[in-house]
Amino acid sequence: MHIKQQATERHTLSITVDNESGILARIAGLFSSRGYNIDSLTVADITEDEKVSRITIVTNGTPEVIEQVVAQLDRMVPVHKVTDLSVLGPHVERELALVKVVGTGDHRIEALRLAEVYRARVVDSTTSSFIFEVTGGTEKIDKFLELMREVGLVEVARTGVAAIARGKEAL
Amino acid sequence: MTAELSGADILIQALNDLGVEVIFGYPGGAVLPIYDALFKQKRIRHILVRHEAGAVHAAEGYARSTGKPGVALVTSGPGATNAVTGIADALMDSIPLVVVTGQVGTPLIGTDAFQECDTVGITRHCTKHNYLVKDPAKLGDVIHEAFHIATSGRPGPVVVDLPKDVQVATATYRKPSVQELPHRGYKPQVKADPALIETAVEMMAAAERPILYTGGGIINAGPAASQLLRELARISGAPVTSTLMGLGAFPASDPNWLGMLGMHGTYEANMAMNEADLIVCLGARFDDRVTGRLDAFSPHSKKIHVDIDRSSINKTVRVDVGIVGDVGRAIEDMIKLWKARQHTAQDLAPWFARIEGWRARQSLKYATSTKEIMPQLAIRKLWEATHAKNPIITTEVGQHQMWAAQHFHFEAPNKWLTSGGLGTMGYGLPAAIGAQLGNPNALVIDIAGEASIQMNIQELGTATQFRLPVKIFILNNEYMGMVRQWQDLTYAGRYSSSYSDALPDFVKLAEAYGWKGICIEKVDELEPGIAAMIAHDGPVIVDCRVAKLANCFPMIPSGAAHTEMILEAAEVVGEMDDEAKALV
Repeated sequence: MHIKQQATERHTLSITVDNESGILARIAGLFSSRGYNIDSLTVADITEDEKVSRITIVTNGTPEVIEQVVAQLDRMVPVHKVTDLSVLGPHVERELALVKVVGTGDHRIEALRLAEVYRARVVDSTTSSFIFEVTGGTEKIDKFLELMREVGLVEVARTGVAAIARGKEAL
Repeated sequence: MTAELSGADILIQALNDLGVEVIFGYPGGAVLPIYDALFKQKRIRHILVRHEAGAVHAAEGYARSTGKPGVALVTSGPGATNAVTGIADALMDSIPLVVVTGQVGTPLIGTDAFQECDTVGITRHCTKHNYLVKDPAKLGDVIHEAFHIATSGRPGPVVVDLPKDVQVATATYRKPSVQELPHRGYKPQVKADPALIETAVEMMAAAERPILYTGGGIINAGPAASQLLRELARISGAPVTSTLMGLGAFPASDPNWLGMLGMHGTYEANMAMNEADLIVCLGARFDDRVTGRLDAFSPHSKKIHVDIDRSSINKTVRVDVGIVGDVGRAIEDMIKLWKARQHTAQDLAPWFARIEGWRARQSLKYATSTKEIMPQLAIRKLWEATHAKNPIITTEVGQHQMWAAQHFHFEAPNKWLTSGGLGTMGYGLPAAIGAQLGNPNALVIDIAGEASIQMNIQELGTATQFRLPVKIFILNNEYMGMVRQWQDLTYAGRYSSSYSDALPDFVKLAEAYGWKGICIEKVDELEPGIAAMIAHDGPVIVDCRVAKLANCFPMIPSGAAHTEMILEAAEVVGEMDDEAKALV
């Protein structure tokens, strides 16, 4: 017997929650306990009084599973609002990566040239290394890292996706 | 300035303000301040159980039979972990509970202190919500919110973890209004969308083969919802079936009643679901025990689903109209609109003619015997002897539970307490104790199996101590019968560890606890044995020796369609393939 797999799609969810202890464990735990996927997760408080946090989760699943993810999140007591940005319409997604590249000679020059193409900033350097700061969509970051691997990438730190809907309406 | 109270006194004061009359609990180091506060007051009655699992199941039985939230109090560490099964049970069956757990003092949290465990972490996924309270000034609001969350929307268990130093430290207490509770974002939708109600009513008026598929949500919506369901069935003329959890919401004596549906439901209920052109699901959740094979589930019907929990809608079965709201109020809105539009139902005579054809198969009939007591007959005799007294029936889990659901007929809600979702053996005795406390004059009977009853047998002492005249009626077949039945079906009768060896003498066990013990071994002892059980004004164990190898039918094998029902024991043979073995 074999376990069957079904086609999935990627969705970006924005969740506003009460900023209280254990909230991240509650949200992340829901995903693990019900077998949903988290591709990336970011969280930070967003109000002046620090009482509300915004969590951005990139998930993938069948349309039925995505509908369940939203409904399951929505019924949690500390959750204020769940928005499926992928369903809502056009939105901006950004993540930030810090990329450490080590090398000398041609590799070093090539790394700098590529960084310019990707609008990555040098935030630290030694005679044999750079740290680049690059922001953009997930795909752009992925591509940048792929290229950096060829010119001496040794370490990466990524934030995961923050996302917001286009236009003048606020959530 | 209001005088400051200790955290323990704030807890007691809040419970008083919330109208709590009974707490089921077990003391320990981390709840000593609360037990001292309980000692000094008279309004709240504390029922000392023998194991924390018993406390939570008793609170469930109290809640299910009275409609009020159940309250349990346990200590930290093992007290809390022992309570987890009951908490998970209450989550699955939507039972309103508040469970207060002691915790080590806040400076000790995270140090692997004696009797420390991460109660909030452990119970996060088996509660509707949980709290760790680190500030006595917030305790009052948390307790009030815990009750609000447990009882509103889809009911469920809420855990409040209370460190010992917070029980001792002092703060002021005020009784908060709902608007003052901490979680402003929690607002369950109660009122259904009128446009969807209108769509539903028009679909019902147009249906030629409608069926009302009802569940535990009707019971949770209160006794009025059961009355409204009867009215909806009357005006629409639709037949009614119910899940295990919903039994009693619609009277079994009504001609429109089809019996329970699902894996061990009646042939007529399952065939009507399969052939219907409209299913109106009211407070049920298309559980796998109900639907059978999903791609063959009611293929030709339109489906309306009313549920207070949005996540229940479209979870396993796609529906045409999903209505979020309190099911009682939604039914009321449907009835009003139906009457306002002066609808009359379609001619349902052809539909009922087909239903009568399925009924004629008599799917609940069983082989008769003069030598052995058939378990179905034992349930039948129990029903005959007790139904006029409107008894409250609890069960354990297994064959006896299904036979009770099939052969004990319920006329009213809150009389049937069973562990449906989690399927917890050991639920029935403590639940009966809780039900008896909430209904002191009721006849409360735990229909049990000889294996299940041993899972919380220690609670016999609780009933003795608090003079609770609960009855335990054991269908003793010397097997974990449902396990053995699946081994018959799936594993060619290889009875791996399903024989109940080394059973106690239940009569002597009863007597050891100060109960009356009765053994019924022959068919002609059944009626006098049951009569003696009812006549005794204290607790009684009846050890009813039934046919050892009887299996529970009808049955839809796991993963099969409603139309592939097994009606006869003779159809059960052999070994199944791996796909079937992987199904639960």
